Amino acid sequence: MAGASTTVLRRGPAPRSLTEPLAVRLVLTAIALAFLFLFLAVPLAAVFAEAFSKGWRAYLDAVREPMALSALKLTLLTAGIAVPLNLVFGLAAAWCIAKFDFPGKSGLTTLIDLPFAVSPVIAGMIFILLFGRQSPLGPWLEAHDLKIVFAVPGLVLATVFVTFPFVARELIPVMQAAGTEEEEAARVLGAGGWQTFFRVTLPAVKWGVLYGVILCNARAMGEFGAVSVVSGHIRGKTNTLPLHVEILYNEYQFQAAFAVASLLTFLALVTLVAKSFIEWRTGRRAASEVAEPPAASDAGFVPGGRAVQP
Amino acid sequence: MSIEVRNVTKKFGDFVAVNDVSLTVPTGELVALLGPSGSGKTSLLRIIAGLEKADAGQVLFEGEDATRRDVRHRGVGFVFQHYALFRHMSVFENVAFGLRVRPRQARPAEAVIREKVMGLLKLVQLDWLATRLPSELSGGQRQRVALARALAVEPRVLLLDEPFGSLDAKVRQELRRWLRRLHDEIRLTSVFVTHDQEEALEVADRVVVMNQGHVEQIGSPEEIFDRPATPFVIRFMGNVNVFHGRVQSGKAHFGSLALDYPEHPHAEERSAAGFTRPYDLDVERTDEAGGGFWATLRHATPAGAVVRLELEGADGAPLQVGIPRDRHEALRPQLGERLYLRPRRVSVFLDA
Repeated sequence: MAGASTTVLRRGPAPRSLTEPLAVRLVLTAIALAFLFLFLAVPLAAVFAEAFSKGWRAYLDAVREPMALSALKLTLLTAGIAVPLNLVFGLAAAWCIAKFDFPGKSGLTTLIDLPFAVSPVIAGMIFILLFGRQSPLGPWLEAHDLKIVFAVPGLVLATVFVTFPFVARELIPVMQAAGTEEEEAARVLGAGGWQTFFRVTLPAVKWGVLYGVILCNARAMGEFGAVSVVSGHIRGKTNTLPLHVEILYNEYQFQAAFAVASLLTFLALVTLVAKSFIEWRTGRRAASEVAEPPAASDAGFVPGGRAVQP
Repeated sequence: MSIEVRNVTKKFGDFVAVNDVSLTVPTGELVALLGPSGSGKTSLLRIIAGLEKADAGQVLFEGEDATRRDVRHRGVGFVFQHYALFRHMSVFENVAFGLRVRPRQARPAEAVIREKVMGLLKLVQLDWLATRLPSELSGGQRQRVALARALAVEPRVLLLDEPFGSLDAKVRQELRRWLRRLHDEIRLTSVFVTHDQEEALEVADRVVVMNQGHVEQIGSPEEIFDRPATPFVIRFMGNVNVFHGRVQSGKAHFGSLALDYPEHPHAEERSAAGFTRPYDLDVERTDEAGGGFWATLRHATPAGAVVRLELEGADGAPLQVGIPRDRHEALRPQLGERLYLRPRRVSVFLDA
C-alpha cells in the first residue's frame, strides 16, 4: 500500500558490513525465486496456456462471445464509475484528515478503513439489507421502479464501498508529510480555498493520487465477493468479468473461463506496469530532492549588492 | 502601515501561548520579537498575519480593526522559517504565485508579471536561478526566494518567522545584514521573530522581549541591552553574574558589596538580586580603591580579543569575568590566585 513512500528509502548498495556470505545470499535468492516461480509465474503461465489450449480461434470466440463482451463492458463501467467517485471521496477525506484538525478526526480515519476490515461478502449483504425487497426502503424503491440490488447500481455501490479506502489511505500519509506550511503560504499570498487546493495541495501529491487510483482500479475490476452477492448473476446484464469467469468455470467450459480470465489478468498486468512506472518516477523525484544543492550555492550572492526598489 | 496589537490572548488547550499582549509597530519600522522557544513570539506573529485566531484582543492595521479580516485580505507578506516554497513550481512561478491567483480583473498581464518577478529576483540577486526548482537551491537562496515571493504581492506589512533560523552561521550573518539594508531602502513595516538576541540587536529598530506569553520589555536595542527592565531580560541578553542579597533604606548589600539603591528607600528589608555582566567587572590584585570583593581564579580562556576568566566567589558561587587582552597581559593572574573584583555597573531587582 505505502509502496510509493517506502521505495524512496532504498537507494544505493548496502554497505559491505551488512552483506551476508555468498552461499547464504545464493540460497536466499534461490528460495525467493523458486517461490515467485511457483506461486506467480506458473499460475500466470497456466492461465494463458489454458486460455490458448484450443488455439487462437477458440480464444477469440470465447472472448468475443456476447456474454463475455457484456461482462467486460460492465466491469469497465463499474470501475469507470467507482474509481472517479472514490478519487473525489478519497481526496476530500485525505484533505480534511491531513490538513485540518476537528473533533471526530480519529473516528473518521477508522471509518475509512472499515471496508478493509469487513469481509466483501458482508459488504454485499449490507446493500441487500439496505435496498433489497425485504428492507424498509424496498417497497418505496419498488413503487418508484428503482432497481438497485441485482442491477447495475448495486454493483457500482458495492464496488465503491469495497474500494473506498484505496485513494484516501494512499494520500493521507503523503499529505501529512507535506505539512500545511505551503497551504498557509498560498493563503497569505491571496489564494482562495480552491486555488490553494488545485495549485498547491494537489500538484504536490499528484503521484500519490495516481498510485491510489491504480490500486483502486485494480481492486474495482477484480472484486468478486461483494459484487457476487448483489449481482444476482443475470447473464449479459449483471455479470462482471470475475463473475462471468466463475459461471464458465462452473459449467466446465475451462478453456473459455481461462480465456476470459486472461483478459482480467491482462488488465492486472497493465495496472502493475503503470504502478511500477509511478514508483520509479516518485523514487527518482525523491532522489533528486535529497540530492545536494549545486556547489555554487551562495556564491552568486553578494551581500554588499545594492538592493533595488521592487 | 502601522500595526497595533491590543490585549491579545491565545491559548492552546491549557497552555497560554500569548497572554494579554499589547504593542505598537509604527510605519516603516523593523521590529524584532525576541524570546526563548515557547515564549509566544511565533504565535503572536501568526496572529498578526491572520494565520492564527486570537482568543481575545484586537489587531489593528493603520488604526483599523483587522482582527476578523481573513489572512488573504490582510495585505501581509509572510516569510516562513522553513521557506514553505511550492516544491513543484520553479523559482519564477513561486514568486509569480501571488500575482497569478488574483481575481481576473486584478490580475496583471503576463508581461507585467514577468517584469515584476524578474525585478524581484534581481532584488534578491537570484534572477539567474529563475527556472530552477526550490529543491535545487541552497538554504540561503530558498529563503531569499521566499522573501521575493512575499514582496511580490506588494504587502503593506512584512512578517518573518525565524527567517534565518535554519541557515548556517555565516550565511545567517550575511543575510541579516542584507535584510537590514533592504529594509532601509524599501522601508516596509516589518516584524521578525528570533530567539537570537544578537540578531535582534543587530537588525531591529526596536526589540520586543517576550517570555512565557507576555512582553518583558519593549525598547531600542540600546535600551534593552543597557537598561533591561526585568531579571529575565538581563539573563536572556547574554552571560551575567548573579548576586543574591537584600535591600533596605536605599542601600543594597550583596555579601561584602554595598551599593546605593534609591528605588527602595523604605526601612523594610527585601531580598534582591544583583546582575553584572562579565565585562562590567574590573579585576585587581588588591582592593585599594575599595568597593571590591575577592574571588579565586579557577580557569582562564586566553583565546580571542577578550580573555574570559572563571572565578569562585567567597560563597563558592561561580563568577565570569571578561577582560581585554592587554589587561590580562599586564595582570598575569595565576590559577588559584585570590583576585579582587569591582563591578562598574550592577542592575538590582527586588525578588518577587
